[in-house]
Amino acid sequence: MAGTPVQVTGTVLTTRRVDAYHALTVVAPGIAEGFRPGHFVSVAVGGAHTSMVTRRAFSIHDVKSDYGGTVELVFTTGGRGTAWLAERRARDTLDLVGPLGRPFPLPRDPVHCVLVGSEYGSAVLFPLADALLARACRVDFVLGGAGAERVFGAMRARRIAQTTTLTTEDGSLGLRGKVTDALPSVIADTRADVVYACAPMETLRAVTAVAMEFDIPVQVAVEEQMACGIGVCMTCVIPVIGDDGATRMVRACAEGPVFRGERVRFEDVGTIPFDALGAPGGGARHVS
Amino acid sequence: MSVDMRTFLAHVELANPITTAAGCASSGRELAQFFDLHRLGALTTRSITMAPRAGRPTPRMAETPSGMLNAVGLQGPGIDVFLERELPWLAQRGIKTIVSIGGGTVAEYSELARRLADAPGVTALEVNLSCPNMEDRGRVFAREGSAAAEVIASVRSIMRYDVPVVAKLAPDVADIVAVARACVDAGADALSMINNPLGMAIDTETLRPSLAAVTGGLSGPAVLPLAVRCVWQVHAALPGVPLIGIGGVMSGRDAFQLVLAGACAVGVGTALFHDPYACLRIERELEDLLRARGLQRLADAVGLAHRPPGSAPRHLLVDTEESAP
Ligand SMILES: Cc1cc2nc3c(=O)[nH]c(=O)nc-3n(C[C@H](O)[C@H](O)[C@H](O)COP(=O)(O)OP(=O)(O)OC[C@H]3O[C@@H](n4cnc5c(N)ncnc54)[C@H](O)[C@@H]3O)c2cc1C
Ligand SMILES: Cc1cc2nc3c(=O)[nH]c(=O)nc-3n(C[C@H](O)[C@H](O)[C@H](O)COP(=O)(O)O)c2cc1C
Ligand code: FES
Repeated sequence: MAGTPVQVTGTVLTTRRVDAYHALTVVAPGIAEGFRPGHFVSVAVGGAHTSMVTRRAFSIHDVKSDYGGTVELVFTTGGRGTAWLAERRARDTLDLVGPLGRPFPLPRDPVHCVLVGSEYGSAVLFPLADALLARACRVDFVLGGAGAERVFGAMRARRIAQTTTLTTEDGSLGLRGKVTDALPSVIADTRADVVYACAPMETLRAVTAVAMEFDIPVQVAVEEQMACGIGVCMTCVIPVIGDDGATRMVRACAEGPVFRGERVRFEDVGTIPFDALGAPGGGARHVS
Repeated sequence: MSVDMRTFLAHVELANPITTAAGCASSGRELAQFFDLHRLGALTTRSITMAPRAGRPTPRMAETPSGMLNAVGLQGPGIDVFLERELPWLAQRGIKTIVSIGGGTVAEYSELARRLADAPGVTALEVNLSCPNMEDRGRVFAREGSAAAEVIASVRSIMRYDVPVVAKLAPDVADIVAVARACVDAGADALSMINNPLGMAIDTETLRPSLAAVTGGLSGPAVLPLAVRCVWQVHAALPGVPLIGIGGVMSGRDAFQLVLAGACAVGVGTALFHDPYACLRIERELEDLLRARGLQRLADAVGLAHRPPGSAPRHLLVDTEESAP
């Protein structure tokens, strides 16, 4: 399902602030072509002689066919890499690799879909919504954040979805609380058939629990520390239950970032579950 | 003028000196999405273990100044799956493959060698000695000349004579030359260095170690000077032994340093995380640097920095006019 990734030197077309976030539109034809909703890109940060050796991963928020193909990223600044990225201006160049990862699986039939996003995690849901709408699915959004300015994409969601429910933890916009507080009634009201979500791990765990209560499938896009983004370094693993019922430590970048929520062992993220394939104990010895 | 980039790992010829570093290219398939793996001098696999291993908990990586720490813990499906699915994939495509192995006991290394001895497609065997010795209170093999030698002697006795055995050494030892000599005396046909020295980072937000495993291996440009020093010292002491220089190579110039110090091949690791095409770029840049200095063969540059001060390399004197544009 993954598009064949390429490395391109893209040119920044526009930069803007969207609520509390930075948005960068980059001309990157090779990446835009292979894009499916859920794909991400990795960006080299810091310039040619940087001391930052690992790339930064960002979901693709949008692709457009302008200028041969552009991709848009939405991000928040945290460490040095994202701070550098926030200083990019139009006509600067950016080294991108993508499209990476496995995109969201799309339903064959026109079903009812609830899209749940928290903070910048919402960004990846918009191209997904477009693809679902193109298949005549019903789309409802639940978007949240800590405060009003951290809820990404509320306006656009209102434009394209049947309903949009907003939540903030400080109550400055929409319902006070978390996306998962609002989710059960949205699922019930819309008679949802499937949930799609992108948010911090804790939220994805709660979203999955809600979906499982309603006995409907849930697709989650996860985030784990990544060094390479292309599947060679093995740093981004999370415990996931396979078709055979066995738990494996799988790469969030190559096997994910999208997984079926009920397959992810959220409570064990950050550990090696004792029953994971190749876990220490059970005769396996600890090496290096 | 084109530069002859061929190199020899013992008697095995590689079309060029650039190989992937163990654990940084998985078993090749992911990189094959980007370029034809035949363009590598060789592909080095991650270290293969007997049993499947789930590795260490996350976070497994932390970026550090000009480098990164990793504590992956040799995650992999084990030798059976490697022989069933990964090695045949490489062998069928005729990709020169250096298989890296890792174990916790001498017997484990021997068994891995036995399983690989008849497997088609093994160009060379690299023995990752940076694993804790389960029979000696977890003291890392690579830190102990005699323990390293025992592993190498056993593996050498099992592998076919035409498959070079490469001992991979760690830099954080009191005397790397002593460990290198012990490995060569035990039958190592070549040496590769360096594996990751141990480091640590602390997250000043959480006030906790950044890695779940607390400590991890340091890699990237931060370790290049360590690698150059190790290659230099070992080449000086054992000039006839082929060396694979590894550690912090991001550019052709970095690779050139290791070659000048005495490496006849160069491994590229962390650079692949930054740039999936790093190996091809580094090979091209290295060739350009050799050409610009009038060196017609890579082999002429190996160990060149060891010549006494003031003595110009002969080929530079001979070829300057000819190679002028
Ligand atoms: C699939 C995926 C999609 C993402 N999409 C977005 C997005 O659309 N918008 C956005 O703002 N952020 C996104 N992130 C998170 C983003 O990658 C990190 O915020 C960013 O890498 C932090 O870089 P830094 O230089 O600010 O931090 P530093 O702490 O300096 O980074 C050090 C290293 O750790 C890695 N790292 C740190 N935090 C994360 C993290 N949360 N996930 C993965 N690697 C991390 C960095 O990539 C870098 O290699 C995504 C992460 C993943 C895995
Ligand atoms: C994520 C990661 C995994 C590694 N895994 C292995 C391994 O399985 N076996 C091994 O011998 N070395 C392993 N190494 C060490 C590298 O092969 C190499 O010796 C070291 O990283 C220095 O080179 P570099 O700076 O180019 O990365 C690993 C390094 C990294 C960064
Ligand atoms: S980030 Fe390297 S394997 Fe996923």
